[in-house]
Amino acid sequence: MKPLQRTYRGARAASGPLLYLEGARNVCLGEWVAIEVPGQPARRGQVIDAGERVTVIQVLEETLGLPPARAEVTLTGETATTVVGRELLGRAFTGTGSPADGLPGPVGEAIRPIWGAPMNPSRRQRPSDFIETGVSAIDGMNTLVRGQKLPVFSGSGLPGLELASQIVENARAPRGEAFAVIFVAIGITARETHAFLDRFERSGAMERSILYLNEARDPTIERLLAPRVALTQAEFLAFEAGMHVLVVMADITHYCEALREIATAREEIPGRRGYPGYMYTDLAGIFERAGIIAGREGSVTQIPILTMPDDDITHPIPDLTGYITEGQLVLSRDLHRRGVFPPLDVLPSLSRLMNAGIGPGKTAPEHREWANQLYAVYTRGREARTMVSIVGEAGLGESDRRALEFAERFEREFVDQGERRRSIEETLEVGWALLETLPREDLLRISDQVWEARRARREAP
Amino acid sequence: MDQAFGRLVDGTELSLVQHWPVRRPRPVAERLPGDRPLVTGQRVFDLLFPVAEGGSVAVPGGFGTGKTVIEQSLAKFAAAQIVVYVGCGERGNEMAEVLTEFPRLTDPHTGRSVMDRTVLVVNTSNMPVAAREASVYLGITVAEFYRDMGYTVAVMADSLSRWAEALREIGARLQEMPGEEGYPTYLGNRMGKFYERSGRVVAQGRPERTGALTFISAISPPGGDFSEPVTQASLRVAGALWALDATLAHQRQFPAVDWETSYTLYADATAPWFADAAGKDWTHLRRDILELLQRERELREIAGLIGAEALQDADRLVLEAAAVVREAVLGQNAYDPNDAVSPLGKTYRLAFLARSLYESARDALRAGVPFEALDLGPARHTLVVARYAPPEELEAAFARVEAAIDALRAAGSEVTAEAPPSAREPPFAPEPLPVLESPPERRADA
Repeated sequence: MKPLQRTYRGARAASGPLLYLEGARNVCLGEWVAIEVPGQPARRGQVIDAGERVTVIQVLEETLGLPPARAEVTLTGETATTVVGRELLGRAFTGTGSPADGLPGPVGEAIRPIWGAPMNPSRRQRPSDFIETGVSAIDGMNTLVRGQKLPVFSGSGLPGLELASQIVENARAPRGEAFAVIFVAIGITARETHAFLDRFERSGAMERSILYLNEARDPTIERLLAPRVALTQAEFLAFEAGMHVLVVMADITHYCEALREIATAREEIPGRRGYPGYMYTDLAGIFERAGIIAGREGSVTQIPILTMPDDDITHPIPDLTGYITEGQLVLSRDLHRRGVFPPLDVLPSLSRLMNAGIGPGKTAPEHREWANQLYAVYTRGREARTMVSIVGEAGLGESDRRALEFAERFEREFVDQGERRRSIEETLEVGWALLETLPREDLLRISDQVWEARRARREAP
Repeated sequence: MDQAFGRLVDGTELSLVQHWPVRRPRPVAERLPGDRPLVTGQRVFDLLFPVAEGGSVAVPGGFGTGKTVIEQSLAKFAAAQIVVYVGCGERGNEMAEVLTEFPRLTDPHTGRSVMDRTVLVVNTSNMPVAAREASVYLGITVAEFYRDMGYTVAVMADSLSRWAEALREIGARLQEMPGEEGYPTYLGNRMGKFYERSGRVVAQGRPERTGALTFISAISPPGGDFSEPVTQASLRVAGALWALDATLAHQRQFPAVDWETSYTLYADATAPWFADAAGKDWTHLRRDILELLQRERELREIAGLIGAEALQDADRLVLEAAAVVREAVLGQNAYDPNDAVSPLGKTYRLAFLARSLYESARDALRAGVPFEALDLGPARHTLVVARYAPPEELEAAFARVEAAIDALRAAGSEVTAEAPPSAREPPFAPEPLPVLESPPERRADA
């Protein structure tokens, strides 16, 4: 029995996932609660509203069959915490951090509150280490760097998770530094989890990883805790154990829906499409935990995956995410239908930290110009494609026709790479080969200097 | 510093530290009209949408349209003596970038580190909401303090939407009756009040000092839809709108300023200054470029229906020339050492040359040269090269562009020589080009 623990018999009311307790004293916000009902499995909950008279508790487990009058409510005096440590590597947990693999609970190296403290921006180190994902459309056009948060905007039926597992499989630490992968399943189906883990196991990185699984059948409220528990562990591994941690979170859409569910249950004023007005701040509390602290070894890189409802990028979930994260990788249904894998649409995709991760000594000196040029011609080709559907190919000018063909080949030969891993050199080469099908006058973004250097390299034996 | 160095008769201690409630504007002796521009070093703004010292600008744009890059470029290169940068509810890594990069950059006006003239107010998106609400006020109060010392100050707020959201969150917690989209009903009122804290003023006290506070705020409208309350409330009070467009950003046309939606109310007031500092026909040049872009927009719609090939030669030339303007004049690469900042002289020359390219090609067309035979390639290429040329090679680069344009013109006159004299256009007489130099010295005030 801990000193601050207080037990109350009988709550006033229960509604949805919420339990209302009357007369409790000295309650703190976010306090962890245990709820016992004779003859029923134990439930856990969290104080989300500490009023003078009424305390509102958000129950993690199913509340169906919970009789408020017979409930024995214990306020533990502690806020949500989790066990962190290196020994967690290779294990699987639930969204709240209890073991899900049948093994005993870990002792760990420390117990940490899951809310984390915001990093002081002046103590942050600017991310600038290139991560080679082996995917051309990412490495070449939207480069991922260590400490970045780069979400995948997927749609229902699009291979967002497959892309994430491909990245995880390929993105090894380049200089053999210690690395770890944390996978957080938020409300996804068992099938999706299996598909991801299957691929992941084959890559042989299982013992370098930790899984936090909250599947569709698990309690909704746990979805709000799972990413925070996982990030607390990630921060420990990165900033105290000096590892480079890659956190994959799927699916943020389920997270936001859970957030909305709770907000509605609390009778808050809904914002756009019923999502609470503070969703931006709440999501930022997750995404901003990516980064590097100056003077520490490790880093936390995040790849959140979200499903755009009805492929709508202006929906509040992708919209707010895009405002917080450092870019986005957008999947296209059109490319997917045509069998392109990964079906990445490079035009709306963006990596804000790309410029810090590329260039001499990292990828290639001409990388920026090369990417700008590919973007420019591809954009022109895509515009030409829209035009063709109206006026026919005969209505196009000479250079538009060239751009049109380029766009076709770009999607077939550059973006589409199937399961194969491409090194950054191969990616650059494929891009150059495509650019060289065009006359020099179409390539104004390439400076003479780079053009000459390329020619000299190609002509050298 | 906070030790008292004197005492007033009524016992008030005087020290070098000043305290001021951030929500109350500091008083001024007189408000002046803004007649000189804040030179931003960004071609699209200086040329097409200038902002006056003491003006205010709203920069709305969906995510990924380059709001932050623009705000940072302005913080680095704008011709202000003091820059207050408020990171309000934005990314921590961006602030880390500012903190690494700014100390390394040299302010072209003073030769000292850019960091020396910068004040950062930081509240990242995962920091407390109440502090976010206060951060913009804090930034603007600090700026007013320097303004009162007689400096020209620019405040960049990135982004005001996060401030408004903080207001909304606090309002909801206080159980206030929500207005449009859940924002409190006093949103427009509050925004108007601090937009009005910008301005060119005569400060109180002696000696007489004039200072200016320019306010440039990024806005993040949900879904990139400008009809939302924060953007609309800003537009009611801001003197200029730099609208950022997602389509342009996807085309990697940066800065992704949509020249159709954007506007400025400072163009007329600042025109004399520009004419004086950059070139006499600045106003004409600006109008011609805007006209060309407008014409292009109309033609694009038609071309989208019937195909570019089906247009008349003169119209096809407009499309080509507008493409040159977009590429060589409006487009600016914030990451290129030679292109990140464009002195007024360079902006003028590039725009001037783009216009002569168009005009001489047009004259050649009129003289009877078929569109297919017009070779715009060299002129276009040399112009883009000039954009990236280092300062010492700029003159040579411009000379090459002129040579390419001369070749175009020659092609036209060859045909005219054969044609009857009546078809001949009056000879083309370019304005004498001004020498390249930085704008005239700023007042050495303060």
